[in-house]
Amino acid sequence: MTVNLTKGQAISLQKNDGGSLSAVRMGLGWQAAPRRGLFGSRTREIDLDASAVLFAGKEPVDVVFFRHLVSDDGSVRHTGDNLVGGVGQGGDDEAILVDLQRVPVHIDQIVFTVNSFTGQTFQEVQNAFCRLVDETNGQELARYTLAGGGDYTAQVMAKVHRAGTGWSMTALGAPANGRTFQDLMPAIWPHL
Amino acid sequence: MTAELVRGQNHPLSEERLEVRISAGTPVVAALAAADENGRVSGADRVAHPGAPALPGLEVPRRAAAEHRLAVDLAALPETVHRVDVLLALPAGPGGPARFGAVAAPFVAVAGPSGAALADYTITGLDAESAVIALELYRRQDAWKVRAVGQGYAGGLAELLTDQGLPEAHRLARTVEEAVAQGPARSVPAPPPPPADPDRPPRPTATAPQSATRTTAPTGSPTAPPDRPAPAATPPEAGPSVTPPSDTPLGSVPAQPSPPHDSQGAGVPAHPAPAPRPPHQDGAAPQPSHPAHGTPQTPVPGGSPGPGPDIAEAARPAATASAAPGGPIDYQHPRRRTTAPPAPPQAAPPAEPGRPARPVAGDATGWTMDERLYNQVWGMFEDLARTVAAYRSAVDFADSRREKELDEALSDPRSRIGGQGDAARETARARHTELVDRAREALDRDLAQLTAESEVVEPALPPAYAGWDNPVWQGYRAPMEIPMAARLGDLHLSEAPDLRIPMLIRLPLERGLWIDGGGSGGFDGTSADGTDPRRLAMETAVSLAARLLAVYPAGEFGVHVIDPAGSAARALAPLVDTGVLAGAPASGAAGVADVLSRLTTRVDLVQMAVRGGASDALPPGYDTSEQLLIVNDFPHGFDDRAVTRLRYLADEGPSVGVHLMMVAAREDTAGYGPLLDPLWRSLLRLTPVPDDHLADPWVGHAWTYEPPRVPGGSQVLWQVLAEVAAARRALGR
Repeated sequence: MTVNLTKGQAISLQKNDGGSLSAVRMGLGWQAAPRRGLFGSRTREIDLDASAVLFAGKEPVDVVFFRHLVSDDGSVRHTGDNLVGGVGQGGDDEAILVDLQRVPVHIDQIVFTVNSFTGQTFQEVQNAFCRLVDETNGQELARYTLAGGGDYTAQVMAKVHRAGTGWSMTALGAPANGRTFQDLMPAIWPHL
Repeated sequence: MTAELVRGQNHPLSEERLEVRISAGTPVVAALAAADENGRVSGADRVAHPGAPALPGLEVPRRAAAEHRLAVDLAALPETVHRVDVLLALPAGPGGPARFGAVAAPFVAVAGPSGAALADYTITGLDAESAVIALELYRRQDAWKVRAVGQGYAGGLAELLTDQGLPEAHRLARTVEEAVAQGPARSVPAPPPPPADPDRPPRPTATAPQSATRTTAPTGSPTAPPDRPAPAATPPEAGPSVTPPSDTPLGSVPAQPSPPHDSQGAGVPAHPAPAPRPPHQDGAAPQPSHPAHGTPQTPVPGGSPGPGPDIAEAARPAATASAAPGGPIDYQHPRRRTTAPPAPPQAAPPAEPGRPARPVAGDATGWTMDERLYNQVWGMFEDLARTVAAYRSAVDFADSRREKELDEALSDPRSRIGGQGDAARETARARHTELVDRAREALDRDLAQLTAESEVVEPALPPAYAGWDNPVWQGYRAPMEIPMAARLGDLHLSEAPDLRIPMLIRLPLERGLWIDGGGSGGFDGTSADGTDPRRLAMETAVSLAARLLAVYPAGEFGVHVIDPAGSAARALAPLVDTGVLAGAPASGAAGVADVLSRLTTRVDLVQMAVRGGASDALPPGYDTSEQLLIVNDFPHGFDDRAVTRLRYLADEGPSVGVHLMMVAAREDTAGYGPLLDPLWRSLLRLTPVPDDHLADPWVGHAWTYEPPRVPGGSQVLWQVLAEVAAARRALGR
């Protein structure tokens, strides 16, 4: 069952049967919005990038993005850069796999961000979403739609953080500007 | 010949007096229900259950038990009976499991009067169901057949019987419950005499002693897919007509199309050619694997075993799945390899919440037990690598955080007043300890889980994956098929020195091996107990060569030895004395040149044939087996020409099945300068003593490699090699 998250909403990642999730995938999908051009509607290529920043305390210790596809301990993996977005609907264009059981104990928060590397604002992106999938069975746990493309080029999507013995996820949905995750750090701090 | 059924599959029954064997991990109630030609069970008098254990032609035990033997005499059944369902139910009441998902997958087999199983079926994929139709025996044009049904019911026996069209289903279900409750308290009867088919333990379990299955003759014969009758025997129109018509709750089904079979069945050609299997797969672990039988099963005459009409018949159970969340039927034949391998059968009960699952050998995906174990071992390898990576990364972080906090405390001028500085330092240390402790706790938890897994996996390994100390080698017989991989040693990490991961290398080898007898590998000339490392290296080489010889089918692996100075005669004794070498160890410059030139010619010839796409152009009777060349004392006895030939073999050999095993110390070749570096780099370096030089592909830890050791005083190497030699002689090679 999918929970459609709204900004600021948190869900626990405990499974219904009491077991905790072992692996989740943060998927990101988008399409370039068609614009009117000389020869009818056409699209420009838009490169959105998903990144995951691993925090210990409030200190960033590792980041997984298109230039560093696997965290140093191997628990967080990026499946690779997609430069143009989805041609079809629905599928994940970029995905970050988090092996929750293998995340080292000192990592207590993982923040997922999306930024437009090509610099277009989200006004030019349509059908963008970010979703959290239980990797063991492909079930979608939560979906967060990047609604209302605003005039900004990045978004701090969500964070997965330790809560008790398990993990929970909080939708953040904070707009920001920047081409890579480094530019987003100031926007991330308030959410830690 | 036992047909191993998958859900929905059927099989003709050649016998009329049948015994249905059931084994489940927990006491279950067994019943037989006889249905008329409409698929309806007309009344309670048509159900043989513990309260009414004997009906004409049907007999069931009086109590719940983990092992059952039901008797069915098809000839004695009334004419009106067209179908007999074998039902299993979990006994109601406290204490026992309430759902089949919580227990091991039940196993049912149909056996003839001789005791030989005709067909068997492991009911996998059950979850919340507490009653299940395991099999049905049904009449089809005056012949009886058995079909694997596996239809579960979450509502228990009452719901199941209701679905059978029985009017007084609930009352009968209660009667059964009462009869079971009143039955003798002892839930498991004395075990019946062993079945006549010793290849097949009635219920494979994870801890089944391997020796039971290993003692049988290893006549690993081709296991064909279970027979499907030729289409002529069951004309297509017969399919729907015999399935229950629409007056039963199940009945609307035949009218429905059965989409799964359209997409997977009809268009697909016949099964892949039956492949011979090595004998070591029998029942070594909880997997419904085919035992090897003495007589190969003949393929279906006419060569058209297409899943036509019989698959269509399977539509009925598929559509009745609405009764329980049983999921769609998997029509895929287990050995038809068009998609990803199936998940392993659920052999272990799911873990209680909050506790790790009990490990089970073969608990990985794969088409064969071999492959499952291979994948499982690699899974353990990866798990250990990642777990330790997480631990190391947490400890590193804790260390650096402590340093930083201590620095801050020192540089803070306020800390010089009073005890503030000490307190800050104390806090930093405490935070460090706390984090490290937590990391250690997570690591220990994972290590305990992996250790438990290793403890069940190691004894279940086939010879190719097993250490020399594994009892499986004592019953060694030459295999019929090349295994997926061979174990070249053990790997471990310093965090868990006792947790050994088998180092499995895929066969055929892709690169040569280099047994480093020199001092460059972290040890200095002599090992701890003073043994000569060169001798140790040669012994390791012999142990590895013996293993490769043993895991290849007889005559498909040849070993040549170059021992220019004859210095390794003692270490080579097991290979020489048992006569498994392709020739006596070559000595002297002439011997070296001779062996190398023969192998060079061979590589050239095979390569030419392969490249030209004309492998049939090789001379008749040309032996295309794999070859291994053990080179001792390199470069002693090698002139420049021989060195060039050796490098040619190292470069070109692996692709045509000629491999190198260099037993050498790199410093001996210092005279060649850097010229031989590419040669060393192209070989997989192994050491005769534990040494950490191998990296894993995930996080790049340095793993400590340990060569395979023959236990002291053990004759296993000799026994195995003698068996290899005997198998070769039997083959006339």
